[in-house]
Amino acid sequence: MFETAFTPWASLAGGVLIGVASTLLMLFVGRVMGATGVLAGMFQPSSGSDFAWRAALLAGMATGPAIVWLLSGEMPAVDVPISAIALVIGGLVVGVGVTFGSGCTSGHGVCGMARLSPRSIVATLTFMAFTFATVFIIRHVIGA
Amino acid sequence: MKVIANYLIGVVFGVGISISGMANPAKVLNFFDIAGTWDPSLIFVMGGALVTTFVGYKLVFGLKAPIFEDGFSLPTSRMIDAKLVGGSAVFGIGWGIAGFCPGGALPALGTGRWEVFAFVAALLCGIFLAKFIQSTTAGRSAAAP
Repeated sequence: MFETAFTPWASLAGGVLIGVASTLLMLFVGRVMGATGVLAGMFQPSSGSDFAWRAALLAGMATGPAIVWLLSGEMPAVDVPISAIALVIGGLVVGVGVTFGSGCTSGHGVCGMARLSPRSIVATLTFMAFTFATVFIIRHVIGA
Repeated sequence: MKVIANYLIGVVFGVGISISGMANPAKVLNFFDIAGTWDPSLIFVMGGALVTTFVGYKLVFGLKAPIFEDGFSLPTSRMIDAKLVGGSAVFGIGWGIAGFCPGGALPALGTGRWEVFAFVAALLCGIFLAKFIQSTTAGRSAAAP
């Protein structure tokens, strides 16, 4: 467990860019920017062009860190303060949860909330509450 | 054209995630650790993304149709059921364990860090597992949006 610096301006700018990208995706292809949906849909595309826009979007996302590196000279920090086993278990659990819950932070938390979708508001409040509780239990009850 | 536009939209999203801190599990987990090493940065990510998308959608929905399609493909389900709440709860538990959410991890693949690939591989296994469970529970196999 370690401290991270409070970065309100970088985080706000990043948030605005996430919003700009979500808006542009709606403007160009008329879809919500849900990372879960874009990823999962790539494995059961409805057509070749359905696969293509999803793959292009994901390729663009993965280019993001390199652009940041080119502009700032530094790769974005990825500090993983947990074990590899916990990381894999977490990934599995997230995959199951976002599939049954029909979305994640980007789909429900940003796009769905921005549409004032009651489903997304319920989903977002639920996962935020459970994330807070999980981190509290892991760090302060179990003390890992 | 459509592929290029999508690629560039992905770049904007990826840069946003990268500078926001959402691609960094330590920062994400610290946001949720109010009782410990709290880092409130993610409030600014959420706030910035939400306000921008809210205003952006208002403008876009003034149009008849998106640029490359005949109409908008919006999620239509309005049902708040056990699947939505239970799935979201499970997602919250996983996010609290790993510190990565799908939208944070996918751009982070571009850093080349093995931890991100391990998380995304596990994430895909979880998605396929859940889809398999959904397809075996006959009749109500609603796909994720």
